[in-house]
Amino acid sequence: MVKQHLQKMGKGLVKPETFFKKVRKEIVQKNKRLNIFISIPKKFDVKTKGKLGGLPVSVKDCVCTKGLQSTAGSKILEGYVPPFDATVVKRIKKEGGVIIGKTAQDEFGFGTFSTNCAYGTPKNPIDPSRSAGGSSGGSAVAVASLSFPHISIAESTGGSISCPASFCGVYGITPTYGLVSRYGLIDYSNSLDKIGVMGKNAWDCALGLSVIAGKDGLDQTCVGETKNYTTFKRVKDKVVGVPKEYFSSAVSESVQKNVWDAIKFFESEGATIKKVSLPNTHLALPAYYIIAMTESSTNLAKLCGMRYGLSLPIEGSFNEYFSKVRTKGFGEEAKRRILLGTYMRMKGYRNKYYLKAMKIRTLVINDFKKAFKTCDVLAAPTMPFIAPKFSEIRKLTPTQVYAADVLTVAPNLAGIPMMNVPCGTHKGMPIGLHLMADHFQEEKILGFAGVKAWRR
Amino acid sequence: MIDVKKVAGVARLNLTKAETKKFSKEVKDILKMFSELDKVNVSGVEPSFHVIKTFNVVREDRVEKSLTNKEALANTEHKEKGFFKGPKSV
Repeated sequence: MVKQHLQKMGKGLVKPETFFKKVRKEIVQKNKRLNIFISIPKKFDVKTKGKLGGLPVSVKDCVCTKGLQSTAGSKILEGYVPPFDATVVKRIKKEGGVIIGKTAQDEFGFGTFSTNCAYGTPKNPIDPSRSAGGSSGGSAVAVASLSFPHISIAESTGGSISCPASFCGVYGITPTYGLVSRYGLIDYSNSLDKIGVMGKNAWDCALGLSVIAGKDGLDQTCVGETKNYTTFKRVKDKVVGVPKEYFSSAVSESVQKNVWDAIKFFESEGATIKKVSLPNTHLALPAYYIIAMTESSTNLAKLCGMRYGLSLPIEGSFNEYFSKVRTKGFGEEAKRRILLGTYMRMKGYRNKYYLKAMKIRTLVINDFKKAFKTCDVLAAPTMPFIAPKFSEIRKLTPTQVYAADVLTVAPNLAGIPMMNVPCGTHKGMPIGLHLMADHFQEEKILGFAGVKAWRR
Repeated sequence: MIDVKKVAGVARLNLTKAETKKFSKEVKDILKMFSELDKVNVSGVEPSFHVIKTFNVVREDRVEKSLTNKEALANTEHKEKGFFKGPKSV
């Protein structure tokens, strides 16, 4: 649909004013019911030239947009209007993409169900009593519910693109760490954060990736090349690895069945199926959370009510003022992670936690590298279950919530590219297939995700 | 064992008694989950601070447009004569 829209826009067959008037009407209406956006610009900056000429693009709230409030879902950044664009936003605008709003998310990305958003919880459009997934919940709801052609810029640290894409039944690609510049991203965890794309199909995601990928000189960890990802490679004769650790009893039967059907479908398209093992998978969850919390507690230290975001009347000493602002501005999950992250960075604990987790990460990477010696992609379920009801989520302890990320943290920890592909339903709710490939092998994933006969 | 009240002070967070109690219980559970790693022998394993091997990613050193003073100060009410204004330090 994006492809046709761009062609029509290019030929002048769509009247931009009329089209974007409809876009505004729909997002305002749906936002009331589903809490998709934290901010919607007063005026759309409509352009029609370029690779994304006249295409509506929503952007996760943690990605800075010049002149448009960017809070990362947190009250401590309420009212923050960045005076600059993140590199990805700059590139989207340059190619004619039209920013239509900032999507709701868990505060700083801290969550699996988007229930930690300080501005209202986005709801699953298929069943609003269920979670949209997190942390890029608003982006997934936008892609799933908006009727016009559109892509969304999302971000993943430990599964924040794959999870909501799975729960809402949309496509979402998390690129290799370092393929896309993080300049202008409100950091969660520097060694884990990746900006990616959600869309209604693989081609839409590939188009978005083609625009945002590649180094820019402003992020020293960004080493990716700029190239066209929309020419899909064939699936025939490719090898699909199926890691046994991803089909444990923690994964519901309906999810396993649908994912296996998808894998068998690839076989019928000429791919070879190979069972593999990633023996260190069970260590990824603790290692991931240690790294994520440690790095985020450092990142959030700069938020203190002085230069931007929430501010209070200046009273008392530095420490008194900063503590007052931080206590008021951070939500419960942010505080929990700051406490743990700070603790794990204290004298005498760094080696026990952070350094150990970094070594575990090496083991997890090595598992993947070994598998990719014989496999082109790995296929697994994205989430262990369908989108849960909010009433079920309220009963969970923090450790139970963290455990929901069990299938997405390992590839995120290893920084390999991954993509959610909707592959079936249970009780009417979407089930996601997770495709993973070696570093910088996004094209291999897109080849599988883009198989034409896929949408049965 | 973790002293939540002390850590909160270091992290510049004021916690109520009820919050301290709740967080103390929760972080204990979470740290227990992390202790899974204690069983793993990682001697001889190099840490992966970066997942991709990168070495001195640099760009051409040239002057580019920076934020103006007004833009840099636009997001705070605490400013004076073109500077940020903070709480007293001494």
